Parts: sequence; structure tokens; C-alpha cells
Amino acid sequence: MRSKFLRNLLAAPLALSLSGCHLVLLHSAGAVAARQSDLMIASVFLMLLIIVPVLIAIAVIAWRYRASANPPDYDPDWEHSSTLEFVVWAAPLMIIVALGAMTWIGTHQLDPYRPVDHADYPNSVAPNVKPLRIEVVSLEWKWLFLYPDYGIATVNQVAAPVGVPIQFHLTAATMMDSFFVPAIAGQIYTMPGMQTVLHAVVDRPGSYRGFSANFSGSGFTDMRFRFLGMSAGDFARWVAGVKAHGGTLDRAAYLRLAVPSRAEPIHDYAIVSPDLYSRILDRCIEPGTTCMSRTMARDAVRQRRPREP
Amino acid sequence: MTPHRSAFLHFLLGRLTLSAIPYDNPIIVWTFVVVAALGAALLATITYHRLWGHLWREWFTSIDHKRIGIMYLVLAIVMLLRGFADAVMMRTQQAIAFGGDLGYLPPHHYDQIFTAHGSIMIFFVAMPLIVGLMNYVMPMQIGARDVAFPFLNNFSFWMTVAGAVLFMLSLFIGDFARTGWLGYPPVSELRQSPGVGVDYYIWGLQIAGVGTLLSGINMVVTILKMRAPGMTLMRMPVFTWAALCSNALIVAAFPILTAALALLALDRYVGTHFFTSSLGGNVMMYINLIWIWGHPEVYILILPMFGVYSEVVATFSGKRLFGYSSMVYATVAIMILSYLVWLHHFFTMGSGADVNSFFALTTMIISIPTGVKIFNWLFTMYRGRVRYDVPMLWTIGFLFTFTIGGMTGVMLSVAPADFMLHNSLFVVAHFHNVIIGGVVFGAFAAINYWFPKAFGFRLDPFWGKVSFWFWLIGFWVAFTPLYVLGLMGVTRRLSHFTDPRLQIWFQIAAVGSVLIFLGILAFLVQVYVSIRRRDALRDATGDPWNGRTLEWSTSSPPPAYNFAFTPLVHDRDAWTDMKRRGFVRPASGFQPIHLPKNTGAGVVLGALSLFCGFGLVWHIWWLAGAAFVGIIAVAIGNSFDTHRDRHVPAEEVDRVEREYRRRLAAQASAP
Repeated sequence: MRSKFLRNLLAAPLALSLSGCHLVLLHSAGAVAARQSDLMIASVFLMLLIIVPVLIAIAVIAWRYRASANPPDYDPDWEHSSTLEFVVWAAPLMIIVALGAMTWIGTHQLDPYRPVDHADYPNSVAPNVKPLRIEVVSLEWKWLFLYPDYGIATVNQVAAPVGVPIQFHLTAATMMDSFFVPAIAGQIYTMPGMQTVLHAVVDRPGSYRGFSANFSGSGFTDMRFRFLGMSAGDFARWVAGVKAHGGTLDRAAYLRLAVPSRAEPIHDYAIVSPDLYSRILDRCIEPGTTCMSRTMARDAVRQRRPREP
Repeated sequence: MTPHRSAFLHFLLGRLTLSAIPYDNPIIVWTFVVVAALGAALLATITYHRLWGHLWREWFTSIDHKRIGIMYLVLAIVMLLRGFADAVMMRTQQAIAFGGDLGYLPPHHYDQIFTAHGSIMIFFVAMPLIVGLMNYVMPMQIGARDVAFPFLNNFSFWMTVAGAVLFMLSLFIGDFARTGWLGYPPVSELRQSPGVGVDYYIWGLQIAGVGTLLSGINMVVTILKMRAPGMTLMRMPVFTWAALCSNALIVAAFPILTAALALLALDRYVGTHFFTSSLGGNVMMYINLIWIWGHPEVYILILPMFGVYSEVVATFSGKRLFGYSSMVYATVAIMILSYLVWLHHFFTMGSGADVNSFFALTTMIISIPTGVKIFNWLFTMYRGRVRYDVPMLWTIGFLFTFTIGGMTGVMLSVAPADFMLHNSLFVVAHFHNVIIGGVVFGAFAAINYWFPKAFGFRLDPFWGKVSFWFWLIGFWVAFTPLYVLGLMGVTRRLSHFTDPRLQIWFQIAAVGSVLIFLGILAFLVQVYVSIRRRDALRDATGDPWNGRTLEWSTSSPPPAYNFAFTPLVHDRDAWTDMKRRGFVRPASGFQPIHLPKNTGAGVVLGALSLFCGFGLVWHIWWLAGAAFVGIIAVAIGNSFDTHRDRHVPAEEVDRVEREYRRRLAAQASAP
């Protein structure tokens, strides 16, 4: 495990100097986040190849050529050396070529739209596991999670079984937020009337911090949620618990939930209207509003119709 | 707003009511008391010493690029104090607001403070710093007597002041935006921000933006058309090259900001839906537009400072700049590339892997010319004889700090890593790393370097060093914890925290901000001490550092006409070349010198713009309308003013130049 070695190599001196702080970005509990932080660390090492010599050179040259030392090789007209010019352009270029290749590949492999599967993550995901779909809506200032496969929904808490690929489909009610569980995967924006997608998997059971990373108004600081990684059995029991105790989330209940509130407590819904998420995304959740997709379809038809003579 | 207000009162005052004055907020009341006391003391002092006439005739109405440059720098330093007060408030809030303690700033106040801090520091500190420096130095470096459009220059300055005043008014009348410094919708839309805060932000920036754009055009034309004979483009000092690229960026980028803010204003004032969450509006358009301006903006700020470092390194190493052509090509490359990277500010918006990869790579490519510059400064010192005066100390501090900031920047350009680091305190640490380490250090290097040119005496080196070390150490103490917190998954703009393990890092950062405060204080003491000791620090030669470029060939402070004779340029580092060839100052043959006359039109236009902006913010339509008509009328009227010329008589030039030669001779014969 080359990447683990790299990570430990960086983490060791940091852990010594920063004992007591938890660098979650370097100690992830999800395979996607782990690869993202590996890439981060690899880029640091690659750059240190040039940064360290430069920092040393600044110190050495600044000291050696101080006027008080009266440097013997002082030459007020020395201003050009083709060799050095070549080196100063070529050295950073080589680093950037390597880093660029790494980034190009990494950006495609870790594209949030790319599904997480056994082929890409053999250590995290077993073959032929059915992914879990979770629909996420950011509201002022809380998170709503819908589980279309189970017909349940939760507020400010989301759970997923370990080793199962998760497909987050995300949108926002009114504001622009950023869905972020640092221990599991990188963040993605949520925007009204638009859907973003994030694929992730959780490797270890536990309770992880999630929040909005993008400022969205006065209640933004308390816009936190828990991400629970669970074993398959625990997850089944958790779903059963939500089904047993949760309330009902229909359009009216959603509109009540959507009223701005701060530090909303965790609560669950056992029964969820099946078209709720698509109506939120289509911006026709409020009674009497026309769905965006309908307006666009009508506009398209109108534009296709030939002009009156 | 009271529903019982009479229609007349509503017409007269728009939505301005007594409740807009935040007299119930003790922080603002005390701020007001202090500002009012200091302001009254300042006004009283000016009145007591009967300086109003002098200030008006010699400074406010001046169209001398040197005076305007100095006024820009004074504006920047005043606004630095405001922006830094915001910074200290944020650092204190975040250091104490843990667990059940929500700190002393509720979100609606805290959110205004981080917005004001960011926008003031960029628009009214960093921008006036670079515009002021370019104004002061660039025309002299190219051997010109003024900029191409001297009145426009004065007008640009007063528009910037009007924008700054509008920002400052928001502190005491109404409130400021609670959106973050770029005013992203939907937070900045009417639904979320119905108050005046965002309107102050929009009109403050629009008014100041007029000044910035006009000043950009002015300087591009000056550099392209007014260089001394013999100064080809490839003989221009690197600072002038940097100024050319920076101003070209201003001309190309600022109209985008103006357009984006104008569309946002339409959304807020006439009910359009460009960026709203409904009826076809789309926030992504605003975010793209604002960053198509915003990324070039950071290069607008840093390029002139790269120029400053180039001048300082060459001068204090006593050596020609290494790799001049490389330096020029690198600057031009950065200028062009800065337009191809904007999307790296929102990799997380869901653009997809191909788009993200493209912008990640363009971002990394920018680091190549930037790296070349670092190497070239290094090789300029190599085989040099480096004198560690204060400007050079700032430059060494910059080299260390900026190299590390560059590295964290390239880390952020790795798109998958950015998915983790985006919006985190790591990003906050990174951009302060490059803006403080690059722009602010550069500004202090430049002020220490060119101060003797502007005033005829050096800045006190002891207090300069004190200021430098407090800034350098303070910077690292304040921002290293933010790097760590970023890696701990802590994001920006949070007003309070639950995890007690984070607190120690915020406390260290707060200590850092105190050290930086001492650095700022030491700078103010440095200026004060230097004025008191000006006779001991006096420089009679006009060339205290053994400079290399043309601004050092004239006296300090330079006469209004800069050069009695337009210099002839035969080489790069024209003044070094002249000194080597044994340049002898001409003693005869002086001609009358044509200069533009001072005018108060810029002040009047700036003031009218301020009224117009204030009227728009508070919906006082008659005021906005009347002021706007006034602006047009004054601008047209002013264009008919044909008595704009004055001539410095040849005898006067002769007298000034003789006096300068006398001082030079006295200095030369002194032991």
C-alpha cells in the first residue's frame, strides 16, 4: 500500500507536532476521501522536490551574497545564462507535467459523477452490491435526506451501511449550499432547480460530521448533520426504527419544514410522498406552481411552431 | 419601516428611517464615538493650522500623478485600519465562541464583518495600494511628466474615495451586506437580503469601479504613448512592464464585474431574474461572471508587486536583474493565463471531470512563469552584493512566504484535493498567504523604497525592521493554525463552534492577529518617527539607494514637472547607464514646461456620485436622479473648460534645478 505509506509518512511528523488535533482530511473513513487525500499528499511531495531546494537556495544565497561579506565573485553586469534560463523554465515545467498527468487521471477517477464500484474500489466494495440511493435537499438551514428505496426520510441525520456504494442526488430548496462529510468524500454544491450527484462509500462504522461548507445565510453555522456508518444489520434495524416511529412527510409537512430554522433537531419520517423530491427539484412543490420542466417543454413547443404569416 | 410614514416623508427619505441608525449596538456606538472623536480632532487640527486652502489647492484638486499616488496610498492605509479592525473582531469571535458560548457577535453582525473585511481589503486597501504605487512611480520610470490624461487620474481617485465613503457609511447608517465578499446569490438576492446591505456593496463597488477602469485605461495609454525617446518596450523597467500587464487586465476584467453587479442590481431593483432561484434565474451565471473578473483581479494585485520586488532585488543586489526577457515573458504569460483559470474557484459546482481537469491544468501552468520569477530574483541576488535595507528585508520575507503560499495554491488546483479543501480554512490561509505575503509585503517594500523619493527623507530603518518582523512572525502565527484547521475539516464563515479541540488553534491565530496589529502600529510609529527625525534621515541626492531606473535621476521630492529635460534612454536600467557614462546635469537651456492646471471637477463628480449612490441605496429617488443629472451636467460643463494649461517659466525651472545642483554639490563635498 504505497498510498498508505505516503500518508503515514506525512502524518507522522504532523502527528508529533500537532498531537491532540484530528486531521480528518488525512484520516478518512471512506475510500473516496482516502484517495482524494492521497492525491493531495502526493502533490505535496511532488512539489517539495522543487520547493525545498528553492527555500534552501533563498537562505544560502541571501546569506552568502550579503554586502558585509563582500562576495568575491560580485559581477554587476551578470544578467544572463542560457543554461540557468533553461533550467528555471524546465524544472517547474517537469513538475507540472507530472502533477498535471496525476491530476487529469485523478480528476476523472474521482469525478463525483463516477459510480463507486468493486472494479475501482476492490477493498471497500464487494462485487455486485446494489448501490443505495439517497436524495438530499438543503433547506434553510437543515438537511433533508430521502431514501426512495425505503420510502423514509430523515432530517439532519443520514445513515448508510458500510461497504455499500452510496449515490447521493442533491438539490436545494432556495439557497446554495455545499454538502460535505469530510471523513467520507469531498463536497458538492446543492443548487435550487438543479441536481448534482456524489458517489461515495463508507469503510468503517462510526458517526461522522457533516455540514454545509458554503455560506447560505444567518443560520448557516448550525447547518450540521450526522453521517452514520453502520453494519448491514444495524442499518436494517435503523430503517425499521425510522419506519416504526417517524411521522409523515407530504407536501404540506415539507412546506412547514422548509420554513427557515436554526439548529433543527434530528427527526424522521416513516411515510414520504413518492414525488416529493422530483417536485422539489422541479420547483413545483408549493401548491399552484408550475413545474419547471413543464414550462420549458411549453417554451420548446412554442419556439418550434412556425411564425404566423 | 413604520407603516404610518407620510407619503411626503417617504418621498423625501425613501426607506431611510431613524431605526436605520444602529444606536442599540454598543460596538457600533463606541466605534462611532471613537471615529467621530478622531475625525473631529483631525478636522480641528487642519482648521487650527489653516490647512484647508493648502489641502484643497495643492492636494485635492491636484492632477499631479505624484500627489494623486500619495493620496491613493493614504486612502489605502486608512482603509487598512478599518479592514484590520474587522479581522481582529473575527479572530476574537472565533477564539471565544465555543460550546454554549456564542461569542459577542451574533450571526447578523458577524456575517457583515467578514463581508466588509474581504471587500474592503481587496477593493479599498489592495487596489489603492497598487494604483497609488503605479501612479507615483510609473510615469517617472518612463521619463514622462505626467500620465496621459491627468484630469481623468484625479477623477478616478475621487470615484474610488466615493466608493470607500459609501462603504464606511454603511457602518453607521443601516448595515452592510451579509453575503461574503463576492456577494454570491441567492444570499445577495432580494428574498434573502431585503435590506440595504447588498445595495451599499453594489453601489460602492460600481462607483469605485468607474475610477479603477478609467485609471486602468489612463495608465495603459501612458505606458504605450509617453515613454521617453529610446525607451523601447524591452527597455522598460520591470515594474512598468508589470503595471502595463496589470492595467491591461483591469481594462479587460473590470467591465465584467460592472456587468455582473449591474445584473444583480436589476434583480434587486426592477425585479428581473438573472440570478434568482426561480423563474429561470441561475446562480451559476453570477458565479462564473464574478470569477471571470475575480481571478484576473488577484493577478491585477500581485503583478505590480512582482514589479516592485524586481526593482528592489536589482537595486539592493547592486546588479542588473537576471533574465529580464524571461521576466517580461513570464509576466505576459501570467496576464494571459489568468483569464483561463476562473473555474478553479468552483470545481465543486458539478462541471464534470473534463472541464475540471482543463481548469486544474491551466491553473498549474500559471505556477511555471511564477516559479521562473522566483528563480530570477534568486539569480539576481546570486553574484550580487546584497544590502539588507528594509525594502530588501520585505523582499526576502516575501520569497519565503510566497513560495509556500504558491505550493498550497497548486495543492488546491489539484481538483480532487480541492473537493476536500474547498471553502475550508485551508483556502483562507492560502489566499492570505499569497495576498499578505505577496501584495502587502510588496506594498511595504515599495513604501520603504520610494518614500525618500516622495518626501526627500528616508523612513526610519529601526521601526521599519520592527514592523517587518511583527508582520512576518504575526502572519505565520495567525495563518499556520488556519492551515491546520483546514486539514481538520473546518470551513470558513462559521460564527461559532462545538468541537473544543479546535479552540486552541483559533486562540493561536488570535495571538497572530495581535502580532500583526503591532506590525501595523510599528509602521505608523515609523512614519511618525521619520517625520520627527526627517533632518537626520534627509537625502539630498534624490538617489539614496543607488537606484537603477529613471525616477532616481531627479530630485527628491521631484519637481511638479519631474524632469527638466526628457531623458534619452540607451539601455535598460537607464539611470545606472547614465551614471556610468558620467551624466552631467545640464545647467542651461531650460525651456518653459507645459503642465495641466488643477481642477476641482474630480472632487465635485466624486461627491455627486456619492450622493447618487446613497440615494440609490436608500431608494431616495429624487436624490439619486438629481445627483445623476448633476454628474452629467458637470462632466459636460467641465469638457468646455479650455483653460487647462499652465506653463512653468524657464526661469522657475532654472531656479529649481540650480537649487538641486547646489544640494548635490553640498552633499558631494560633505565628508
